[in-house]
Amino acid sequence: MGGIVSIISRGFHGRRRDAGDRLPPGQYLVEDFPVLSAGPTPRVPPERWEFAIDTEAGVTHRWTWPEFLALPQERPTVDIHCVTEWSKLDTSWEGVSLDTLFEDVDTAADYALVYSYGGYTTNLPLEDLLDGKAWIVHRFDGEELQPQHGGPARLLVPHLYFWKSAKWVRGIRLLDEDHPGFWETAGYHNYGDPWREQRYEGD
Amino acid sequence: MRRLVWRAAELVGSTPETATARTLRFRVPGWPGHLAGQHVDVRLTAEDGYRTQRSYSLAGPADGEHVELTVEDVPDGEVSPYLTEIMEAGDQVEIRGPVGGWFVWRPDNDRPVLLVAGGSGIVPLMAMIRTRRQAGSRAPFRLLYSLRGPDSVYYADELRRPDPGLDVSYLYTRSAPEGVSRPAGRIMLADLAEGGWPAAHAPDCYVCGPTGFVEAAADLLLALGHAPERIRTERFGPTGG
Ligand SMILES: Cc1cc2nc3c(=O)[nH]c(=O)nc-3n(C[C@H](O)[C@H](O)[C@H](O)COP(=O)(O)OP(=O)(O)OC[C@H]3O[C@@H](n4cnc5c(N)ncnc54)[C@H](O)[C@@H]3O)c2cc1C
Repeated sequence: MGGIVSIISRGFHGRRRDAGDRLPPGQYLVEDFPVLSAGPTPRVPPERWEFAIDTEAGVTHRWTWPEFLALPQERPTVDIHCVTEWSKLDTSWEGVSLDTLFEDVDTAADYALVYSYGGYTTNLPLEDLLDGKAWIVHRFDGEELQPQHGGPARLLVPHLYFWKSAKWVRGIRLLDEDHPGFWETAGYHNYGDPWREQRYEGD
Repeated sequence: MRRLVWRAAELVGSTPETATARTLRFRVPGWPGHLAGQHVDVRLTAEDGYRTQRSYSLAGPADGEHVELTVEDVPDGEVSPYLTEIMEAGDQVEIRGPVGGWFVWRPDNDRPVLLVAGGSGIVPLMAMIRTRRQAGSRAPFRLLYSLRGPDSVYYADELRRPDPGLDVSYLYTRSAPEGVSRPAGRIMLADLAEGGWPAAHAPDCYVCGPTGFVEAAADLLLALGHAPERIRTERFGPTGG
């Protein structure tokens, strides 16, 4: 896409690192864990934390922190890709699969709007949250998830750019129609597939 | 629908800011213009087709087909040493943008503004200062600029020149020049309480720099009672710790 005439930067060699075929186009590998957020980091004490799923029929399913921790836990190891061009391979998390949280939820909605403590929102098709594709995680690399990385708990949807993996997640609203979230109304792509390099609106 | 395309960008000039940073001026035919605070993606392609890209903030207001970036040399970095040391006038990169519709300041906004910069985080904030001056805006601005020492100041001459309605305070972290009473050290509550605006004035706060700095400064602003929705942040990396 784009560059038909290729622009070479004279004298640039680059540092190649072999990531095999695990690095989406335009991404580079990092070993550390950069942070991207639009504002200050909210602090949510676990005793005030709750997670909710609100259906299009007006039914709300809620979990307190102890209830959430009592659910079956999974330990996904996944590659993550941030729209600011870094990717991190083999990150390990612990949390609850969205399939578990959706077990008792009746819905025919096609879209989800994820909302967070602090007011952040992000949207995605509901099917991108199901079938083993997404988790609500509360541990990273064997440790409690730090507030700046979204603790107490964040969404993890590793097959989309990482801004979809909402930090400080508070709930998911199910909708019949798509409702663009925070970055999605600020020039970023509505879906955000790193393998198709859907960074910005129109990509 | 707007589409961000890659555009050829030719280096037309550069100015050293410090021993480790330089401002690069590019000519980008077809550049659509931008707002203060936005950034671009810069893409480099090697002879053999290997490519990589990074984000850089725009340092100045929209200026036809010219854009300016200021880049700090990150030791052992892949891209920044190329931009700061190797690239010469006439060399090309690709640029696309502008990106980011949140960390922006518009000159029709006359609310008080607090800018909090850590190191190279001054870059998008300087674009706001320059845009304010160019537009003749009367929005009162305060800049708190945290940096290692007096040799690390970007845009030093320009910031020294009087700019009515803009107050600048330097917060030295390693070595303070003689005559400065604040001991060298990281940003503290007192710095923001004294050099910023009272929370009751409800200023728009823009905080930019390395992740740790932004985390610390944004937390201090919250502690001083600033509303979270008035605090906009841009984190340049690297670690989140
Ligand atoms: C929205 C946005 C705007 C940005 N604007 C600017 C700007 O105006 N000016 C500017 O100089 N940079 C800016 N950056 C940072 C820039 O994108 C690069 O990360 C930086 O230039 C380092 O790239 P590199 O290829 O040289 O280093 P890499 O090869 O990516 O990294 C090499 C090593 O340095 C570390 N590292 C990465 N970034 C930094 C850093 N900033 N400070 C210290 N160590 C680091 C890495 O963890 C790694 O260990 C911005 C970043 C973002 C996300």
